[in-house]
Parts: sequence; C-alpha cells; structure tokens
Amino acid sequence: MVVAERKPIQEILAMVSDFKKILLVGCKGCVTVCCAGGTKEVGILASALRIARKKEKNELEVVEHTLERQCDPEYIAQLAPMLENDGIEAVVSMACSVGPQFIARSYLLPVFPALNTTFTGGSLEHGVWAEFCQSCGNCVIHNFGGLCPISRCAKSLMNGPCGGSSGGKCEISPEVDCVWHLIHERLKALDRLDMMRTVFPIKDWSTSRDGGPRKITREDLKL
Amino acid sequence: MKAGSNLEKVLTAGHFAVSGELGPPRGADVEVIKKKAEHLRGLVDSINVTDNQTSVVRMGSMAVSKILVDIGLEPNYQMVCRDRNRIAMQSDLLGAYGLGIRNVLCLSGDHNKFGDHPQAKNVFDLDSMQLISTVKKMRDEGKLLSGQECEGVASFFIGAASNPFGDPFEFRVTRLAKKIDAGADFVQTQCIYNMDKFREFMRLAVEEGLHEKCYIMAGVTPLKSVGMARYMQKFVPGMDVPDHYIERLKGVDKKDQAKEGIKIAAEQIQEFKEMKGVAGVHIMAIEWEHKMPEICETAGVLPRPQAD
Repeated sequence: MVVAERKPIQEILAMVSDFKKILLVGCKGCVTVCCAGGTKEVGILASALRIARKKEKNELEVVEHTLERQCDPEYIAQLAPMLENDGIEAVVSMACSVGPQFIARSYLLPVFPALNTTFTGGSLEHGVWAEFCQSCGNCVIHNFGGLCPISRCAKSLMNGPCGGSSGGKCEISPEVDCVWHLIHERLKALDRLDMMRTVFPIKDWSTSRDGGPRKITREDLKL
Repeated sequence: MKAGSNLEKVLTAGHFAVSGELGPPRGADVEVIKKKAEHLRGLVDSINVTDNQTSVVRMGSMAVSKILVDIGLEPNYQMVCRDRNRIAMQSDLLGAYGLGIRNVLCLSGDHNKFGDHPQAKNVFDLDSMQLISTVKKMRDEGKLLSGQECEGVASFFIGAASNPFGDPFEFRVTRLAKKIDAGADFVQTQCIYNMDKFREFMRLAVEEGLHEKCYIMAGVTPLKSVGMARYMQKFVPGMDVPDHYIERLKGVDKKDQAKEGIKIAAEQIQEFKEMKGVAGVHIMAIEWEHKMPEICETAGVLPRPQAD
C-alpha cells in the first residue's frame, strides 16, 4: 500500500490561515490502513484545527468527509454538492498525494495536502511501516532472493553488499537493516549463493520515473 | 599493456607498487593541491584523487587529476556512482582520458547522508560493479553503453576497491571476484588494521586464484594517535581496529604516538611485501602527506622503481 504520515499541525494551519471554512476529506484506501488519513484521523485533525483557530480567536469551520477512495474520479464527483453550495473556500485532503491532485482536477478552488506521501510499503508490526518498493516499473526481486535492493539499499546497489555493511546493518544508520545482508542470508538458506556471484547487469531505468510520467492503458478494460 | 600508465608498468614488471592519496581542497586553491602533491613526489607510483569523499563538496577529481598530470605526477582518478548518471560518467571518462588521465578507480561512493549536503538527491544509476564494466566496455570494445562506437578509445587501467572487513565476511572474496569479472585490473583495499582477518581474506583470494587475475594492493592508513584509533574503531563504518594496536599506542608517550603509528604501518607494509597475492600497498596518509617520506622510508619501499 501507499504509506503516508500526517504533516505537522503548524504546517497545515499555515496552509489554511486565509480561510474561514474548509472541507477536510479523508480516504478509506491505503491511508486508512496506515492510520494516516481515514475517518478517525479526519476527526482528530478537524478538532485540532478548530481548537487552534479558536485559540487565535479566528474560528475555522471544518466540514468533515471521507471518500471511499480519492484516486477514482467517480468518488471525487461525490464532493460536488458540498463544494458547489456550502461556501467552502478550500479543500484539505488526507489522502496520498493522488487525492488532492484528483480533487484539483475536478474543482476550481485551493486544495492542500495534509499528508506526506512517504513510500510504497507494508506494516512490520503495529505502528511500524517500512518501504519495500520504489515502483521502478520492472520488477527484478527474484534475482535477489525476493528482496528489493532498489528500494531497500540506501545506494540502490544491484551488486551489494557494499563495504559499509556491518553486523547486518547499513552504514547510514544502525537502525537500518542492510538488505544485501538479508539477501545473502536468504540465498544462503536457499542454497543459492551462486546468485551472489554473478554481476547483475546495468538496469534500464526507462520504466521508472526517469522515463517520464507513467501511464497504463488497458484496452481490454476501456469502455 | 592496457593503458600504459606508470602504475600499470610497475605492477606488470612485478615490482611491489605503492600508491598514495590526495584529497582535493574544499575550495578553488590550486596551491594547496600542489603543496600536498609535492610531499608525494618520488615516493609513490601513482596518487589517488578522491571524488568528494565522505560526500563533502571538494574540487572535482578530474580537475585535480589533470593538475597532477600537468606537474608530472600520475593520478588514479576516482569516480563514484553517487553523483552522476551513466551519461555524465561516460562523458567524464572520455574527457579524463583526453586530459591524459590513465588510471580510474570505480567506487559506489559514501552515502550523501554523511556529507555536507545531506539534502542532495543521489543518483546511483550504476553501481561500482557496473561502472567497472562500463569502463572495460569503453576500453575493450571501444563502445559506449548505448553501443555507440567511440571516436578514439579511452583505454584506462581499471581500479576498484575492496573492503575485507565488511560483512558478511564470507562474501568479501566473492565480491572481489565479481569486481575482477566486471573488469578490475587492480584493487585497493580498505585500511587494514586487523591483520589476522586480512591474512584469512588473502588466503581465500589466493585459493581462488584472484591474485593472478588482478593486482591486489593492501590499504594502509597510519594511526596518528590513540584518539584517531579509537575514533576509527567506533565510528567509521566497515573499519576494524583491534584493541592491541590501541594498547600499543597507549603504551608510548603522547608525543611519540605518531612515530609509533608510523612504525606500526611500516611493519604492516613489510608483512604485505612478503604476503602471497599482495602486489603493493595503497597508503592513505589522510592530511598527513608531509609524513609520507618518513612512512615510506621506514617501510623500506624507496626508491621507487623506474618502470620504463
């Protein structure tokens, strides 16, 4: 899933400082799962904004709403009655950064992101998420024991571990696992250490962001 | 001969090679470079010019390498993968060759998190292994990665680094073998302090016959003081400083610690001269270039051979 975390309240307050009434929109997709922008977080942020502005004696009206998803135009369309009639001056989206962009595509009013979209990852334990994919567009993890060095090695090395691997940890921080150490251990357990011996060839990054903005068109699904 | 550099000639002739190191300044002062370089003249066969080491911005390694060429010293032009994509790297390699640079050392590069611009976007389009293979392709096939034929071939003597003290240890010889497969002609190791571990590393490398495919140069950095030894032991990633060296430095007067450090380095170098598979030493006297005469004298590696 897309993992995100909320921006500091001061940053969000600064974004909406010129407005009296805003719509705060959550998303029931990934950001609900990673506890950053679902119905519950919308409620918490809305209260925090109201309290902060009340303290400033400059009250802010916050309309709360959570969409099924913000990455689909059909759900974005559901905001129309609110945005067209209720005197809402700006929208703050609690989705990943796709959400505010989709809202802005449909409505001509200021849209702000309440979250920092952080990475594509998963939950390691309650309250801990980690990055597992960098969307390079050409998955090669089967060459590395099923682990991704592009997203999980600090240098995206395809022929690691580098000399900075120490005791299973990365040179950048003792908090960061050396993924190449994990790859080595896994291939050893699978009796496939021979895969560590071959030079992995230069990667074609054109399928990644480096090739320009990406788009998938599935003719079989088009209406 | 692949490049015909002095370092290549010395190694090919079977001499025990010595390389030094020069860190470019954090500014545009050419005199600083010339002063550092003069300390190394006549003591080493070639001089590594570091490429923004520890991710701190310094004068470019190609420019400093060219300054050395101009004053009659031979550079080992270092290139890291952190700051350039394949377009810039190949372009720089062609340019460096055009400027008379003949040795290139291919490295991944320290992560930018360590440096003076931790906010920088890093590149790592290629990794060090792939950079080695790129330089080899340019030399042996006369082609760029695109397949484009080069007008004029950049024939470099290709260097790589090896850290026998990184983990997992059992992979370290394999990694060296991979670098040789990729095209490394010579390899310089990380600074060695744990001699037992290095002996084991060399035993395994020799067992695989790697010393016959590539010149392995042992890395030496003289310890200046107990403080430096402790710092290296605790804070430098991939560095393995055994306690007995620290004890030995503690055993002498503070004012004599530098001398003792040089003595330790000289003893190491003497052992490397005898060690099977070791073709030379790479002495990294960091900000201690003026001590190089004493280090080389004590180690008994002078005078340097005339390889022509």
